[in-house]
Amino acid sequence: MGTKPYSTPEAIRVDDLYKSFGTHDVLKGVSLTALEGDVVAIIGGSGSGKSTMLRCINFLETPTSGQITIAGEPVAMRPDGTPADRRQLERIRQSLGMVFQSFNLWTHKTVLENLIEVPVHVMKCPRDAAIARARKLLARVGLAEKEAVYPAFLSGGQQQRAAIARALCMEPKAMLFDEPTSALDPELVGEVLQVIRALADEGRTMILVTHEMKFAREVASHVIYLHNGLIEEQGPPEALFGAPKSDRLKQFLKSVS
Amino acid sequence: MRGIWEPHRLVLAAIGAGLVIWCAVSLRWDWIPQYAGEMAQGVWRTIWLLVLSVAIGMTLAIPLGLAQAAGPWWLAAPARAFCTVVRGTPLLLQIWLLYYGLGTLFPQYPWIRNSDLWPILRQAWPYALLALSLSYAGYEGEVMRGAFKSVPPGQLEAARAMGVPRFTLFRRIWLPQAVQRVLPTLGGETVLQMKATPLVATITVVEIYEVASQVRRELLITYEPLLLLAAVYMALAGVIVLIFRWLENRVPQKRA
Repeated sequence: MGTKPYSTPEAIRVDDLYKSFGTHDVLKGVSLTALEGDVVAIIGGSGSGKSTMLRCINFLETPTSGQITIAGEPVAMRPDGTPADRRQLERIRQSLGMVFQSFNLWTHKTVLENLIEVPVHVMKCPRDAAIARARKLLARVGLAEKEAVYPAFLSGGQQQRAAIARALCMEPKAMLFDEPTSALDPELVGEVLQVIRALADEGRTMILVTHEMKFAREVASHVIYLHNGLIEEQGPPEALFGAPKSDRLKQFLKSVS
Repeated sequence: MRGIWEPHRLVLAAIGAGLVIWCAVSLRWDWIPQYAGEMAQGVWRTIWLLVLSVAIGMTLAIPLGLAQAAGPWWLAAPARAFCTVVRGTPLLLQIWLLYYGLGTLFPQYPWIRNSDLWPILRQAWPYALLALSLSYAGYEGEVMRGAFKSVPPGQLEAARAMGVPRFTLFRRIWLPQAVQRVLPTLGGETVLQMKATPLVATITVVEIYEVASQVRRELLITYEPLLLLAAVYMALAGVIVLIFRWLENRVPQKRA
């Protein structure tokens, strides 16, 4: 967006996305474009629809209408919004690494088994290669010593770093972060943000839903402020945080700082 | 281990040892060599009835539980009905209904009587195995329903978000986690299943209980075969407990 040369390919594109739960409209027509290497931060109050927007990108939530396009490939949808091609969706999901607020490491597997599960058993890459890749990633997130440990024996920060490594182990084209530090004790937030920042620095495409305004300001290339299911304001972080235009955003930034 | 040597434990152990010695010395055991072959066969029959019925029952319990936990109503309703009926009626009744019901129905159809399966179907053990399996399936179907529901949604969502196909997700994430959660229950239920196996003696399947009854009938002794029978069942229960303890410990649990 703006700062990138226009020849950079699009990684994730969301067009005119609507989502309602029953009679409750959560998203009322939002769009987003992330070019390769972009770090898009989605901010907003609770109930603004920011997590729903992120979860619609890989169809963990079924959009009511709209279009999702991943690396130039539109996700096939039925008229009711449900994915039309299960195989295509599985392939696209494998190219999007998702990190959850509650980590969701598989509790019956060790850290290493968590990392290689999908590469080996779904994507069919050779076990040795997957293990080598997993060990490298664990070393990167500072968990080299913990590969044989079960998730229950790790701290929240360690679990989230392992979850990030698990997503990276699929060699995704882009990463989706759904409030990755919201469930952590304050003293553990830093270690997770540090890992995410390193990913941003190496030019990974990511979309990040977060409450960490300072962090969003530092790592994002583009910030979207959602309010009541609509994009109230968006732009580069300096503009959004430095000189917010809308009253709602000013009020929101005041309330969270 | 220090606790074993406390005085009251030593006294209890001495009383226990005394009882065993008294049983061995003053009761009549001379019949054992004579019946050893039958007893071994009886134990063997009890074991395979148990193992096969648990295996078949569990294979049925998984779809029964899944249908109730996550299936559409037209699958959930019959699964629920099956579990309710099986759990609400005595096993003895089920065994008799299958043996005397199916067992008398089948010979009326020539194509069954002439089939290759007839030599098996005319015996009693298929009906015993079927009844035991269905009973285990009924109870464990209910257990698995709760087990599937108790797996946190996030565990499945993580797999879905990574593009894991539905069946792989079930096989590698949902099912192992569900079973993990109910292993202690399944262990207890398997011991109960073992203790239900003597019921098949009523339809002429000669397992260890029936062998003990034979000894009592033929030698007119009361306690000795029953004591031996109790020891055999205790030993089997011990093995089941050990197997399930091993299964439970394969994934270390964090204890608060």
